[in-house]
Amino acid sequence: MSFFCNSYPIVDKKALGEGIYSYTLKCPEVAENANIGQFVQIKAEGYMLRRPISICSVDKGNGTMRLVFEVRGKGTDKISELNKGDLMDVIAPLGNGFTVPAKKDGRVIVVGGGIGTPPLLDIAKLYGDKCTAILGFRSFDKIILDKDYAKTGANVIVCTDDGSTGVHGTVAQPLADELAKGDVAAVYACGPTPMLKAVVAAAKQAGVYSEVSLEQRMGCGVGACVVCACTVIRDGEEKVVRVCKDGPVFSGEEVVL
Amino acid sequence: MSFKPDISVDVCGKHFKNPVIAASGAYGFGEDYTDLYPLSDLGGISCKGTTLNKKDGNIPPRIAETPSGILNSVGLQNPGVDKFINYYLPRLRKQDTVVIANIAGAVIDDYIAVAEKLDATDVDMIELNISCPNVKQGGATWGVTCEGAASVTRAVRKATKKPVIVKLTPNVTNITEIAKAVEAEGADSVSLINTLLGMRIDIRTRRPILHNNVGGLSGPAVFPVAVRMVWQVANAVKIPVIGMGGIATAEDAIEMMMAGASAVQMGTAIFNDPYAPIKVCEGMEKFLAEQKIEKISDIVGTVKPW
Ligand SMILES: Cc1cc2nc3c(=O)[nH]c(=O)nc-3n(C[C@H](O)[C@H](O)[C@H](O)COP(=O)(O)OP(=O)(O)OC[C@H]3O[C@@H](n4cnc5c(N)ncnc54)[C@H](O)[C@@H]3O)c2cc1C
Ligand SMILES: Cc1cc2nc3c(=O)[nH]c(=O)nc-3n(C[C@H](O)[C@H](O)[C@H](O)COP(=O)(O)O)c2cc1C
Ligand code: FES
Repeated sequence: MSFFCNSYPIVDKKALGEGIYSYTLKCPEVAENANIGQFVQIKAEGYMLRRPISICSVDKGNGTMRLVFEVRGKGTDKISELNKGDLMDVIAPLGNGFTVPAKKDGRVIVVGGGIGTPPLLDIAKLYGDKCTAILGFRSFDKIILDKDYAKTGANVIVCTDDGSTGVHGTVAQPLADELAKGDVAAVYACGPTPMLKAVVAAAKQAGVYSEVSLEQRMGCGVGACVVCACTVIRDGEEKVVRVCKDGPVFSGEEVVL
Repeated sequence: MSFKPDISVDVCGKHFKNPVIAASGAYGFGEDYTDLYPLSDLGGISCKGTTLNKKDGNIPPRIAETPSGILNSVGLQNPGVDKFINYYLPRLRKQDTVVIANIAGAVIDDYIAVAEKLDATDVDMIELNISCPNVKQGGATWGVTCEGAASVTRAVRKATKKPVIVKLTPNVTNITEIAKAVEAEGADSVSLINTLLGMRIDIRTRRPILHNNVGGLSGPAVFPVAVRMVWQVANAVKIPVIGMGGIATAEDAIEMMMAGASAVQMGTAIFNDPYAPIKVCEGMEKFLAEQKIEKISDIVGTVKPW
């Protein structure tokens, strides 16, 4: 595993919705080394801290990497001013990704909540019709990447909190239904903490292995400053680990949410 | 370029191939940036603050962004001195760079125990952190009074023959008094500044961004304060001063050395640009060549005050 710190050309930029952008960078060395679920630290000109953003998708053949992020504050707003042809300064790829393919045979379920949907896309690509993607959004107008997921051949279930489209409500019921069908090797999730808690609990109950991708405020992003702490239980003992280097993906069995 | 300028420095009898040292807490134990460049490219590394027993640190969030800086409240999370000695130090020793152990404690006996353990190792220097603002007990409380700073320094001085650098907190009324007090107790050097106590609030939730409510400010925002304090301290003591606080560029580092620093440390700037220390060294060489100065040490303390 190795990472790079470089400026890479933006070969594509798309707005996916209100304040949500998709960028594709030409970065062969990063693409070559990246695993599903890893992230990058993007420099926002004029700000001290880089912004951690998950890798949405990698095309090793073309040497490209796709990033999808929502403008939340000043730094992401600054980054979103970058256009096709500009350079994006990133440290990448960082952290540990998802354990894919899963250790067991069978199909997999990915559960994405809102802006947590991007990092799971390549799992759907890997598994195709052996993947069920349960994607939760607040409302119809917040939906992103549903078509990208559909293109992978995965069975896509879209949920909205307000019922404006798809399943009315959270991802919980569709997840329970899918788990009940059996033959699930693993559940992978990314999204808000309450959702992750529900996913881990449901997977545990069904006796299925799960992995979740966490968020925490970061400094270095590479493991040096220990600001990005989270707690896991290993060998019966609570252990404080780093989201950036020991994660951002943790197994549902060990993570304390 | 007619000559290759010499950017190496000697501080407390230790030779640094360049004056740039990774600041404690920003660079871990030197293992996290080696994908980009070897640790031996740095003059030295001050390791993460180490205590007698392992510490888990504060509840996150532990970092907040500020204009030109950051606040942190790590709370001295570290694996404890035994793991430092048995695991990290042997690995660090294989790199060609000066290795500084940064130590902290709640009570004087902790400092003594850690210093005694380190005295038996081949670590190059010991930096005494008497100034961490992020732990309730100890740390800063020692650093804010002359008596406190003097008593820790005295105790550690007795416990080790290694060069002892005392790291000073800027959260005091008169930093030169503290510097003089630790010099009198046998400190070989002082380093400054540690972080300035600060706070940020999320106005929508009305919650401080840091779970610890308050934390230490670092980065370019503190640079002018650091230059001023280094200048004052360098004029007040005879021992070498190691300057830090907001250094991001070669110009910053040169300014800090002109203020009186014999070497510099860099922390926060590395989060933004991991190559910053390397660029500082390159920039220093360029500056010396332009100015036809042979050695970087020739600029130390050369500010000409009005
Ligand atoms: C491993 C990881 C992967 C992520 N992947 C994505 C992604 O693929 N797409 C996406 O839209 N968002 C993602 N996020 C969240 C994203 O990092 C934040 O939304 C972003 O940092 C906010 O920055 P800002 O400039 O908009 O906000 P500001 O309020 O200006 O940020 C201030 C500081 O707080 C930090 N911060 C604020 N919110 C968060 C947060 N939720 N997580 C971590 N740091 C935060 C910022 O990085 C910055 O240091 C990810 C976070 C992590 C930790
Ligand atoms: C995340 C973080 C952790 C730190 N941890 C320590 C520490 O353990 N011991 C210490 O003496 N100083 C610590 N510091 C202070 C730095 O070593 C340095 O004094 C300060 O950050 C100012 O320099 P800078 O602006 O270049 O970062 C820490 C700073 C940061 C940002
Ligand atoms: S952000 Fe520095 S250790 Fe994780």
